[in-house]
Amino acid sequence: MAETAIEMIGVNKWFGDFHVLKDIDLTVGAGERVVVCGPSGSGKSTVVRCINRLEAHQQGTIRVDGIELTDDPGSVAAIRSEVGMVFQQFNLFPHLTVLQNLTLGPMKARGLPRSEAEDRARMYLERVKIPEQAEKRPGQLSGGQQQRVAIARSLCMEPKVMLFDEPTSALDPEMISEVLDVMVELAEEGMTMVVVTHEMGFARKVADQMVFMDAGEIVETGAPAEFFEAPKSARCRTFLGQILSH
Amino acid sequence: MLLGSLLLLSGCSSSTAWGWYVINPWTPAGWTNVKFLIGGMGSTILISIIAAAISIVLGLIVALPGLSNRWGIRLINRIYVEFIRSIPLLPMLFWVFYGLPIVFRSMGLNIPIDPFWGAIITLAISDSAFTAEIYRAGIQSIARGQTEAAQTIGLNYAQTMRYVILPQAVRRILPPLANQFIYIVKMSAFASVIGMQELTRRANELVVTEYRPLEIYTLLILEYLVLVLVISAGVRWLERRMGSDERG
Repeated sequence: MAETAIEMIGVNKWFGDFHVLKDIDLTVGAGERVVVCGPSGSGKSTVVRCINRLEAHQQGTIRVDGIELTDDPGSVAAIRSEVGMVFQQFNLFPHLTVLQNLTLGPMKARGLPRSEAEDRARMYLERVKIPEQAEKRPGQLSGGQQQRVAIARSLCMEPKVMLFDEPTSALDPEMISEVLDVMVELAEEGMTMVVVTHEMGFARKVADQMVFMDAGEIVETGAPAEFFEAPKSARCRTFLGQILSH
Repeated sequence: MLLGSLLLLSGCSSSTAWGWYVINPWTPAGWTNVKFLIGGMGSTILISIIAAAISIVLGLIVALPGLSNRWGIRLINRIYVEFIRSIPLLPMLFWVFYGLPIVFRSMGLNIPIDPFWGAIITLAISDSAFTAEIYRAGIQSIARGQTEAAQTIGLNYAQTMRYVILPQAVRRILPPLANQFIYIVKMSAFASVIGMQELTRRANELVVTEYRPLEIYTLLILEYLVLVLVISAGVRWLERRMGSDERG
């Protein structure tokens, strides 16, 4: 298994009667950056959420770093320990300080001593450029700062793969770039990333592979250059026309 | 206003209809009576606090299965809550005090139940059904994203509850939990019927010897009023402290 980070083969999922994922095949190599786009309701968030079992798929195979995702809690735990996730709504813990948000996972899930967890937390806060906010609570930070804390919180678990589910969609426009900058740096350091986003500028800059989804299917994949210049499918052309026109 | 009406009432004490002398703390006899009545305060408070403490733990244990994804597990919660909630306090008190020792004996156990523990067990179990519902609502009110974020940083179910969900839920459920505590304090009056020497029992006993129900029960009501007001003030203080903790 040479350097395959994520493998999805024939993945199907239903919400009740609604067929939300249809025969999804997706391979993400180690160190590869994949950007998933598509209209809302196309299932792109669900794909990402299936990778760390926030949603269970009903058919097909998902492997992360060679571990197959099954109902076995052991496999779920093993995969989650390798996969970090950043949410649209940040989902920071409002009752804890920024530092406590970052040390909770390493201390409780990994059993790291406090001093070591705090050193690590401060290092990652430095990386996302807000070391001075360590003692504040999430509610005292701007949206962009909160999302950077959320990225740092994931990084503190030292994952091999980072998933981003529309990380800038809940942000005011002026805060989007500070979050994207952090993500670009992360990409440059070689992190394997799967990013659901409408930020096509970011996609052009970092993506190795573009994935376009519509109505639960992967309609088109390709390298960014050809994807943006010469989309093959009509649906993808229409979508790109809509989001790139302004 | 309360004080005013009291003064008004005591102004009438010379008439035959009123007999505030019976609880007049400035006469030796009256003072003895007042001391006797207030002497029940300790039991009322102790019973209420122990019952509430048990109910808070038991309520959580009952609430958690109610949040399961599996209906079979949720059913355990539903049956407990619906069953316990439907039993009036007084019959449950009789059942626990008179009936439970027989159940124990039939199981070969010799566990006597005195009025003190009979009252506590009854109040705790009865209240736990309500506490469980309060917990369930409080936990469900915490956004789903909190659980998901906790899962993605590797916390297991117990850790997610302990470090992420419950600390946030407790802030929200503190007011209704305080309400339940006030309810327990008041319902502890039922312990008087199985002979527990708490506030109400003492008032009843004094009424039998002094034959002054109006004056004695008035003081009894005031005793509960003071108790409840003190609890309310305490909870408000606690809320303020926790609120400032969460602010921002």
